[in-house]
Amino acid sequence: MTFLSYLISGISLGSVYAIIALGYTMVYGIAKMLNFAHGDIIMVGGYISFCTTSYLGLSPFISVIFAIIVCTALGVLTEKLAYKPLRSAPSLAVLITAIGVSYFLQNAALLIWGSSPKTFTSVVGSWSVKLFGEQLTISGTALVTVLACFVIMAALTLFTSKTKMGTAMRAVSEDKGAAQLMGINVNTTISVTFAIGSGLAAIAGVLLCSAYPTLMPTTGSMPGIKAFTAAVFGGIGSIPGAMLGGILLGIIEIFAKAYISTQLSDAVVFAVLIVVLIVKPDGLLGKHVNEKV
Amino acid sequence: MAMLEVTGLGISFGGLRAVDDLSMKIEKGGLVGLIGPNGAGKTTAFNMLTGVYRPTDGGIRLDGENLVGKKPYEINRMGVARTFQNIRLFPKLSVLDNVKAGLNNQVTYSLAESMLHLGSYRRKEKEMDEKALDILKVFELDQDADTTLASNLPYGKQRKLEIARALATNPKLLLLDEPAAGMNPNETEELMATIRLVREKYGVTILLIEHDMKLVQGICEYLYVLNFGKLLAEGTPKEVLNNPVVVKAYLGE
Repeated sequence: MTFLSYLISGISLGSVYAIIALGYTMVYGIAKMLNFAHGDIIMVGGYISFCTTSYLGLSPFISVIFAIIVCTALGVLTEKLAYKPLRSAPSLAVLITAIGVSYFLQNAALLIWGSSPKTFTSVVGSWSVKLFGEQLTISGTALVTVLACFVIMAALTLFTSKTKMGTAMRAVSEDKGAAQLMGINVNTTISVTFAIGSGLAAIAGVLLCSAYPTLMPTTGSMPGIKAFTAAVFGGIGSIPGAMLGGILLGIIEIFAKAYISTQLSDAVVFAVLIVVLIVKPDGLLGKHVNEKV
Repeated sequence: MAMLEVTGLGISFGGLRAVDDLSMKIEKGGLVGLIGPNGAGKTTAFNMLTGVYRPTDGGIRLDGENLVGKKPYEINRMGVARTFQNIRLFPKLSVLDNVKAGLNNQVTYSLAESMLHLGSYRRKEKEMDEKALDILKVFELDQDADTTLASNLPYGKQRKLEIARALATNPKLLLLDEPAAGMNPNETEELMATIRLVREKYGVTILLIEHDMKLVQGICEYLYVLNFGKLLAEGTPKEVLNNPVVVKAYLGE
């Protein structure tokens, strides 16, 4: 039974990673850049939700909507201000800028909200489901997180495969130049990608803080890095890959904490990543394309 | 007024004058060729017409509207579409999706509509599918269009798909960059028929770059010859190809 409950918390944590990883993977797939500030958008989402419930006294549901709106705007704005001017710059310049944006957001949060941790109350509430004659307890937060993750993934898959904006995104991801010459506005497409990714980050932030209620300016950075790992693990650029990678990573992390050592859990997570990348350099679901010579 | 009017077009890359003082007039419905030896600046001219490069001198007008300084997607929406010398399809998209990517600028519905599946979203997506299949039918590419990846098509069909994708953007002017490159005589013959069909069925004006003189003589009504970035000659294919200056540029003394 403890095994089951570990598995469930692993899947729940993994679902948060998966939602963050979806943002990473979409931005990478379309804009071909690693947005290292993505993790900090999560933190902003957490703070916005915290402020709207604690200071304004709004309902948790409204606070999530607020967080999504603010993070979406923030994502689009950072893209416009920081990344768009570097569209034709070498990718290293963009990467360093992203790290800069990440520090900027962390320090701005430090300035606004201070360094003392805030205690976040779960937006889901404290209900839980008890199974097997009360032997197994599943928290409402865990259930909602897993559910949200699957709904988001299904919606995104439909969006990218079935809509005109989705087709445009995939076209831009394959060949920006050709897409532009076919009448696709590449800048709009990239903006929409950032909007979606950041909106998802807000949801991830709220869910993460609901499960682990300490909110600090650095709250987003470690989950951000792990979600990036998850995206690479599953095959960066692939939506199901991000999902699979995220969930597996969450399960591995929780099991490592439970059965090996709490301190070593992160090391185990990254060791698994290294092994996977040695065996499958393109990630679990990444497609290896042989270059035609 | 001519449909496409190019006046004194020129571009420099540093010290290199890639195209200099190029003037062309193409009437609506025309099928015009742009020929010249390798490195003459033909593709560069196409890149200026489509907004990839911004010309340093001169003007481009399409139906009287200025194209210089516009972004590639804006020029495309104003009615100029192109294919590429080296095929640039979206290789990992299906044949159908390649054409739908081209249809992107025609159908409008908002992001909210598509996310919530509201209003006319479904109808418009269905319309897009039908429109795309209609175009693919003309090129006999409609079979398994939804499941075949563009990269898995044989070469000749990829060339056709590029034309189909360009047509999906609903152009007035279609630019074909070496459509017959790498084709065998039979395929070239077929391509000529396709180009004629496209002009009749879609009423587009066509400007094409080509090295294959059989194709050029077979379908072009008027030719412009570029050499070292400059306009060397112009006229009907017969005039141009018998012009000693042109023969010299191609074959030397």
